[in-house]
Amino acid sequence: MMARVDFWWLPRAFVLGLLAFVIFGPLTNLVLWTVAEKWYFPHMLPLEYGFSFWQRVFSPRGNAMESLMTSIVIAALTVIASLALAIPAGYALSRLKLPFRGLILLAFLIPQAFPNLPVYVNIARFFYQIGLNGTIAGVVMVHVTHGLVYAVWIATAAFSAVDIDLEEAARSIGAGPFRAFRDVTLPLAAPGLMASAIFVFLESLDEFTGSYFVGAPDVNTLPLLLYTAGSGGNYQIASITALLLLVPSIGFMLVVERFLRADVLSKVGH
Amino acid sequence: MDMRAFLKVEKMSVGYGTTTVLDKLDLGIEKGEFVALLGSSGCGKTTLLRTIAGFAKPFAGSIQVADRDVTQMPPDKRGMALVFQSYALWPHMTVAQNIGYGLKLQKHSRGDIDARVSEMQNLLGLSGLGNRKPGQLSGGQRQRVALGRALAVDPEILLLDEPLSNLDARIRLTVRHEIRSLQKRLGITAIHVTHDREEAMVMADRIVIMNAGRIEQQGSPEEVYNKPATPFVAAFMGAENVLSMQVSVKGEQIELQEGAFNAATVTARAGRRLATGPVELRFRAEAASLTGNGDGAALEPGALELRGQVASVSYPGGHWRHAVRLGKDEILVDADTPFDQGATVKVRIPAQSLFIFNTPEGPAGPHTF
Repeated sequence: MMARVDFWWLPRAFVLGLLAFVIFGPLTNLVLWTVAEKWYFPHMLPLEYGFSFWQRVFSPRGNAMESLMTSIVIAALTVIASLALAIPAGYALSRLKLPFRGLILLAFLIPQAFPNLPVYVNIARFFYQIGLNGTIAGVVMVHVTHGLVYAVWIATAAFSAVDIDLEEAARSIGAGPFRAFRDVTLPLAAPGLMASAIFVFLESLDEFTGSYFVGAPDVNTLPLLLYTAGSGGNYQIASITALLLLVPSIGFMLVVERFLRADVLSKVGH
Repeated sequence: MDMRAFLKVEKMSVGYGTTTVLDKLDLGIEKGEFVALLGSSGCGKTTLLRTIAGFAKPFAGSIQVADRDVTQMPPDKRGMALVFQSYALWPHMTVAQNIGYGLKLQKHSRGDIDARVSEMQNLLGLSGLGNRKPGQLSGGQRQRVALGRALAVDPEILLLDEPLSNLDARIRLTVRHEIRSLQKRLGITAIHVTHDREEAMVMADRIVIMNAGRIEQQGSPEEVYNKPATPFVAAFMGAENVLSMQVSVKGEQIELQEGAFNAATVTARAGRRLATGPVELRFRAEAASLTGNGDGAALEPGALELRGQVASVSYPGGHWRHAVRLGKDEILVDADTPFDQGATVKVRIPAQSLFIFNTPEGPAGPHTF
């Protein structure tokens, strides 16, 4: 076969370049803003660079650290609550021959399916009546309803990927049902459960609407801080906060691939 | 059924949902006996084993072990151990942890467990592999770990669910004998599910042949091989040549009436339960002998002689296999020397190798499986 010049690289290179710009353009802008001391129109690049805004964010008077702590505490509690529900639910959904299994799985999608705003306004009104508004517990509950779809779907897939023979092998040589679950099923499903925990954690860390209506102004999470800073025109603070939010997301996304194996992924939603 | 049997299954019916797999099944197994449940896939043998193990609940009937009713007990309380077809080794535990798990559950001391585990490893030729994970073992080694895990807890009854079917053909042959000699040495009661006739023959004290959820016949390997009770058992035990004939029973003699390819033949009844009428006659390819048309050697008394044409010849090894055409039917006959294709030959089947069964009422199709 004769070697031919392939002119297809041209449109490909163009599309890839465009894609890179779409992804990395805003990110570059974000990073620049975090270190910009002075930057105004019509200049392409900041006029002065420096870390004074970082100092402000991390100073004892700045509330970034406090917001970060609140966000992490809420995310951790959300993970614990979601897994406490998702482990038994996922196990039951994977092992028992339940009628309407598909519908039950679909039901966990409902919180994502409806428009968030009206739902959260009503939740906020209801939480206000029972005194949950402006509490960490209230925000955690809102995040759990949101995160449960990841937790339950992935947990179900993780348990389905554990061959039932492995559990029965433990039963047959003398392990009771709970012991077999603890010693065999749970450790083997752990990577999948870890992945679902990561998704729930990130989802909670990022969540804005629910936190705003239920939590603000008493519970101040990182996205709320970002919103306040952004709407106040303080792009440096907003960018630094955004970067803080980005770090765990990227970090976890890099490791989640290790936990979510193909045999688990192929069972998600089935 | 022996009322003193160690494991007693009585009038047990099992099924899934609305389908019944086993209907009112009875089975008794002696202490120290090695029983093979033999049948083709879907015959209910695995369901029977899983019900004995406690993983399927019977609709009706009972299961007793040493006069203790275990019908409603969960699997972990039955004192049995099941070896799975897939081995079901725990991939997150080492070989030693897999074998020792049952002992840990029984709350033995660490020292006892270690001693027993290394004893098991020595017994099964797994020494030095204790720290490996199952993923690092060969198929044969995994199979042994599965066996060791089951044997370590010293079960009253060892249940084996086609444990050799995932092994290479060559390893399978040696493992058969290993399991058999181990079972004899340790005196364990064992139930082995298999679809492999030869495997059942070489391993078991008693073979239970199952078909469509029922026990067709049970007995020692010689018994089921030489005295099949039903056409199904005969076919399963390799007597796949089948001919339809008419017989008339006269006291202790049976007369096979003259047909298109055979002369009338009188043979001894020899305990066969037969009535005058249409019959199905079965025999094995290797039980018959082939002679040329001109061969004048005397026919031994009671033997059946058939005349046909050689349709094809093949050499599967050790002997020549001939397909002999009898009108529309074709039978397979082995011979030490090949006959030419198209040659007219005489097929002789000795009396003791003829399996004769009354054809059930109505149009009975050939028994295939």
